[in-house]
Amino acid sequence: MDKPFAITLDVGSSLANKTGSWRTSRPVYLDRLPPCNHACPAGENIQAWLFHAESGDYEAAWSALTEDNPLPAIMGRVCYHPCEGACNRGQLDEAVGINSVERFLGDEALKRGWKFTPPKTESGKRVLVVGAGPSGLSAAYHLRRRGHFVRIVEAGPFAGGMMRFGIPKYRLPREILDAEVRRILDLGVELVLNTKVTDILDTMREGRFDAAFLAVGAHIAKRAYIPAGEAARMLDAVSVLRAMEGGEKPMLGRRVVVYGGGNTALDVARTAKRLGASEAIIVYRRTREKMPAHDFEVEEALQEGVLIRWLSTIRNMADEGTLTVEKMALDATGFPQPTGEIETLEADSLVLALGQDVDLSLLNGVPGLTLKDGTVQVGPNMMTGYAGIFAGGDMVPSERTVTVGVGHGKKAARNIDAWLAGTVYAAPPKHELAAFDKLNTWYYSDAPKTVRPMLDIARRTSTFDEVVHGLDETNALFEARRCLSCGNCFECDNCYGVCPDNAVIKLGPGKRFEFNYDYCKGCGLCVSECPCGAIRMQAETI
Amino acid sequence: MDQLIKFYQTGTFTVGNRLLKSEQRSVQADMERTNSLNSGHRACQGCGEALGARYAIDAAMRATANQLIAVNATGCLEVFSTPYPETSWQVPWIHSLFGNAAAVASGVAAAQRALGRSAVRVIAQGGDGGTTDIGFGCLSGMFERNDDVLYICYDNEAYMNTGVQRSSATPPAARTATTPAMGPAPGNVFGTGKNVPLIAMAHRIPYVATASVANLRDLERKVTYAMGIEGARYIHIHVPCPLGWGSAPEDTIKVARLAVESGLFPLFEAHHGEITARTSIRAKVPVTDYLKLQKRFAHLFGNPPDAARLEHIQQIADRNIADFGLLH
Repeated sequence: MDKPFAITLDVGSSLANKTGSWRTSRPVYLDRLPPCNHACPAGENIQAWLFHAESGDYEAAWSALTEDNPLPAIMGRVCYHPCEGACNRGQLDEAVGINSVERFLGDEALKRGWKFTPPKTESGKRVLVVGAGPSGLSAAYHLRRRGHFVRIVEAGPFAGGMMRFGIPKYRLPREILDAEVRRILDLGVELVLNTKVTDILDTMREGRFDAAFLAVGAHIAKRAYIPAGEAARMLDAVSVLRAMEGGEKPMLGRRVVVYGGGNTALDVARTAKRLGASEAIIVYRRTREKMPAHDFEVEEALQEGVLIRWLSTIRNMADEGTLTVEKMALDATGFPQPTGEIETLEADSLVLALGQDVDLSLLNGVPGLTLKDGTVQVGPNMMTGYAGIFAGGDMVPSERTVTVGVGHGKKAARNIDAWLAGTVYAAPPKHELAAFDKLNTWYYSDAPKTVRPMLDIARRTSTFDEVVHGLDETNALFEARRCLSCGNCFECDNCYGVCPDNAVIKLGPGKRFEFNYDYCKGCGLCVSECPCGAIRMQAETI
Repeated sequence: MDQLIKFYQTGTFTVGNRLLKSEQRSVQADMERTNSLNSGHRACQGCGEALGARYAIDAAMRATANQLIAVNATGCLEVFSTPYPETSWQVPWIHSLFGNAAAVASGVAAAQRALGRSAVRVIAQGGDGGTTDIGFGCLSGMFERNDDVLYICYDNEAYMNTGVQRSSATPPAARTATTPAMGPAPGNVFGTGKNVPLIAMAHRIPYVATASVANLRDLERKVTYAMGIEGARYIHIHVPCPLGWGSAPEDTIKVARLAVESGLFPLFEAHHGEITARTSIRAKVPVTDYLKLQKRFAHLFGNPPDAARLEHIQQIADRNIADFGLLH
């Protein structure tokens, strides 16, 4: 005993005292589903690619993005970005400009020539894709990446579908479209143009295809019966927009009336303005609130001088171009009812933009299909009633946007891949939603949204130059960094810092954290102070 | 040259930030931080003092290249960290009596000077009881002699270790074991207590600052600055006590944050007796946001609520905001 006076025990560390035994509930790390990802029709993992963009690693961001969507430069221009509507930052200041960052990444990829990685092995399976629109291209991309031989057969003279024949140039420049299509074909996807599939089963047999994905779109303009004189000039929106892609521009005249309230109606009116019309008037039977067109498109059209007559229907069109328009009034259920009040409107041409139907003739003679309201019914796996034939895009019941089409293509590709292997694709279970109340927003710096520059009005109404411009690198970085990373750890070190018991182990960059349950007392400070809601308390089993 | 984008998502609000350069990051974000107060200590769940002590001493350790000795007053911090024969401290550490931490630290500093160890720096630390009441004479002596010691007070506003008795740092209306919430004037009496940071300033010592566990970067900056200068220095850190305040353990930082944002706990710095900087309130909140989370103020929120006392506390906060200039 050579210890000092009154000392009987050796000095020890408090590490001997495992305070974890005090705990009645424990913190656990989890990934919650960010609302942007949840809202994305193409199933993009937005939070994940923004995470890479935040640190300026744009190539990694683009790679993460194109895991789900091979068309970011297109998507960054034409997508109606439901992600931004769902963005939690919208409740803080303004939603993150996800769409503009996506466009920046897409453009950056084209500028720098980033390519997709071709498949390492060939599966030996052959898949036929009918239609080279967003859905078909997306399916082809995902199938090819899984090693299958893919041939796209397209009835039109170019790839792109409605992205080329429906969306005007001022919203989607054609060199962007061509470049993103080219990048998919470079993976080894075969594209056959100017070939209409008339009998799907025949085509599959002849080409020895193991499966088919149909995405022929909806290209037949819906008509409404409008009595008209013989000389009256009445056209449909689909053929007007399609003609814009040919050498002969459509002759619409000085005064153009467009009938309908969807985005297509606005596209036609804005196109008419650019072709030199002094008046472009949209006639729509309901009110702006009820209009299916998106708000920003209405706003841009109004800025360009497009006029809109709300609550009006067209009764007839006389030879000399006089339209008879009847005023409507909304009834108690919000449905427009005629009032009997008549006005007239002078027009050199009337363009009907009343929606589109699907040409389903290629399906004649295919047994087991269910057709409803002019569309093909598919199961949750995108397969039609005929085994091995899948369908997506505008020809199945859907919202009919480019993004939905891309999403269908991806989903179908996964299911086709499983079907070819004789298995069933099982989607991983969805994480619980990272709702706003799961966040601790104190920790995010204040920063309003970056506004994308727009083309001058004068040039917008006289040329087909792109209206909305992209962000530059510094803007895009700023915008990406506005992301709250809802529900997914972004390694802010808060849990590691705020634990009074040093019970959080930092594993290093990219590796996140771990709890040391030997010492965690279960106070829950880490959960409260996690900015993004990536930790949850759960009761201990005692 | 275009203007640089200086936006880093969470900036310095979070403990770490992968978007910042490594030299811009906090001590607490460092994988190699010293964890001066190690795991296994017996502080309650969500203890603000344990957190504040690690924040402060880790920062001081980095600032002095680990050449640090800590002197501790009696109190929670001492009791929960060193039950014989264990210690949680990973720094040379000494405890003597309740009231003499400042005097012992003065002696340790003098001993280092005598031994020619100019690199070794000394910190004294204690709770509000050991600082503002029992150790106050020694503290004032250390200040007036301008001894080379940083004294850190972890203020949890009562004697928590012995069962939540009132101290001279207990705020008005707060219920403690010795100021029960009963009678015509429930809780601690208005107009009592003392403001030790202002008293420290009256000694014209080189540096006085207040800090909060809710603002890590501010706290680390102040401790680091204090370790870079000589003479008597004082930092007063607000550290919520879930047990004594009746707040939820997970709310410790939130409660501390609301004390700052309401104006009840002003963050400032003073050099030689003059206030030189204050940390602005980011988003002002009414004092009720702060008080409501704590059972020691529950008697103010009865049916009907004690409007007069709530108003009085709000006036204290408003006066702080005006006096210290806490809103830009």
